[in-house]
Amino acid sequence: MVEHRPLTDFIAYAILTLGVFIVAFPVYLALIASTHDAATVVGGHMPATPGTQTLENYYRAIFVGGARTSREPVANMLINSFVSAIGIAVGKIFISILSAYAVVYFRFPFRKTAFWIIFITLMLPVEVRIYPTYKVVADLRMLDTYAGLILPLIASATGTLLFRQFFMTVPDELLEASRIDGAGPFRFFWDTLLPLSVTTMAALFVIQFIYGWNQYLWPLLITTQDSMQTIVIGIKKMLATTDELAEWQLAMATAVLAMLPPVAVVIFMQRLFVRGLVQTEK
Amino acid sequence: MRPPQRVAPPYSPLAIRYSLPIRHSPVQSMANVTLRNVRKTYVGGFEAIKGIDFEVGDGQFCVLVGPSGCGKSTLLRMVAGLETITGGEIDIGGRVVNQIEPADRDIAMVFQNYALYPHMTVYNNMAYGLRNRRMAEDEIKTRVEEAARILELGAMLDRKPRQLSGGQRQRVAMGRAIVRQPKVFLFDEPLSNLDAKLRIAMRVEIRKLQRRLSTTSIYVTHDQLEAMTLADILVVMNGGQVEQIGNPLDIYQKPATTFVASFIGAPPMNLMPLRSELKSQLAGDARAGEAGIIGIRPEDFVISNETVSGGVALGLTVEAIERVGAETFVYGTRQQEMQGVAATPGELPPGEVIVRIPGAIGPAIGERIRAVAAPDKLHLFAADGRKRI
Repeated sequence: MVEHRPLTDFIAYAILTLGVFIVAFPVYLALIASTHDAATVVGGHMPATPGTQTLENYYRAIFVGGARTSREPVANMLINSFVSAIGIAVGKIFISILSAYAVVYFRFPFRKTAFWIIFITLMLPVEVRIYPTYKVVADLRMLDTYAGLILPLIASATGTLLFRQFFMTVPDELLEASRIDGAGPFRFFWDTLLPLSVTTMAALFVIQFIYGWNQYLWPLLITTQDSMQTIVIGIKKMLATTDELAEWQLAMATAVLAMLPPVAVVIFMQRLFVRGLVQTEK
Repeated sequence: MRPPQRVAPPYSPLAIRYSLPIRHSPVQSMANVTLRNVRKTYVGGFEAIKGIDFEVGDGQFCVLVGPSGCGKSTLLRMVAGLETITGGEIDIGGRVVNQIEPADRDIAMVFQNYALYPHMTVYNNMAYGLRNRRMAEDEIKTRVEEAARILELGAMLDRKPRQLSGGQRQRVAMGRAIVRQPKVFLFDEPLSNLDAKLRIAMRVEIRKLQRRLSTTSIYVTHDQLEAMTLADILVVMNGGQVEQIGNPLDIYQKPATTFVASFIGAPPMNLMPLRSELKSQLAGDARAGEAGIIGIRPEDFVISNETVSGGVALGLTVEAIERVGAETFVYGTRQQEMQGVAATPGELPPGEVIVRIPGAIGPAIGERIRAVAAPDKLHLFAADGRKRI
């Protein structure tokens, strides 16, 4: 145990504060920049206090879109990002919990092989298999669709491993009691395993929602229409102007908006985390 | 021996058969459990159960007892259907159940760690098995409330298992078994997670409950005291085999092997090789010729200077004394014969002898005493300990 002494406390807090400052300052800067007009932001002297253009900037970002880049308004991008992030998170949970259930509880030929094949896919993220994946998605005519944004990112080993580890900690006697109580494989899964997995699912949801939300390369490749682009790409495209000044104040407003849903997910789900940690008993 | 049967593994997608037997009859149906040459060989070739035969009569309480690793839990799980049977037959109520799913064997099991569903209330824990059998909700309510009344769980029905004490969880696990009204109760060391005091209280309750419901029961324990107090039929197991089956008192009084002799009874029976001096003391006994090992229970010794004719007298130096109040245990070493019999469980160091004397008065440490046992208190075994003479 580390003792609580004033000096060590002070040093600890000083280091933590410094860390928070380093992380939070760019965010603060983005927040400030989103409240000024274009001229102030581009002027080279970023004010340290909020400006007066807040409502105007956010209104334009959300509903109108950039004047000079003629991009989609952010509202639409937010919806796209939200649908694909939710789709990826939910899809991953669905697939991983089922595959983990099969790997842990069923005895079938090549069970070990199946597990190791799943495990190996950890080494094959989208970036590595991007060409074949693109080819498959294109052949299935899923370019510029939500399915195309979601499906290739759903299959993953991380979730399966997480659930597998959790299932291994569930005492065998629960399965045996269920069998004696007349619960078949599906009932055991639905009535016992699923309720016990809620906190694990919440953890995975948070991780995967943010993973999905932050996708850049994949949506960049398969979305060509502006109406299908996600917010992360939207920010990038706002800055890609040819002759003119980029509308930094709008880009910053968009960035701030892009941060909100993941933050909301973390804050909301954190409660479930804590509740899960308190009730450790299985 | 019949060839090992191929049994589909549980939950194999190839072998899922779930029928839902419903017994509406409020009358308890009763059943014998018969094991015929039951064997269990694991895939690696390890033989956990080496051919076991016994029968538990209708309404009887059978206790399987033995040291850890003797196969008693495996055997119980085979009766439950949680382990496949690789040879022989298990018959419950006149029906061979080898290939029948646990849910359809009409048994209920109480697990060592209770295995309550952590996310369900006490009520739902008990009702779950009945709901899976599509029983009417009002019938479930009647049964659960009746079980709760018997087990004094009435006030706990809305609680979750984590809000209960160990003893209460134990009761819920029992309740889950009772509401099913099964033909057979199976208990897998149900009391070993409880503290000593509660264990004794629950032991008595389990016995009373079993008498009241008169449901055939099989109970696994490694605690010989639990085994002695609960059993109608005691099955002493060792190394995947039955050492002795019988009434607990008969087993106590006439252990068939040195293993049973040292396992049943606490402190354990004194076992000594029958050599030189001891052998000459027993010269008049006809049995002594074949015997290689002599056993005497600590309570069968008397500290005395007289010699009982045909009996045995041991000269001991007192090494340690344990006073429990009502009785005193004297640990002595023999001057001669410094080598004892290596009896497996709870054995004494070679040459050490325990003498139990009533009351709190006994010899002092270092004192030399003479422990005498009457001829009818001597247990004689063959030299390999496998046969009582």
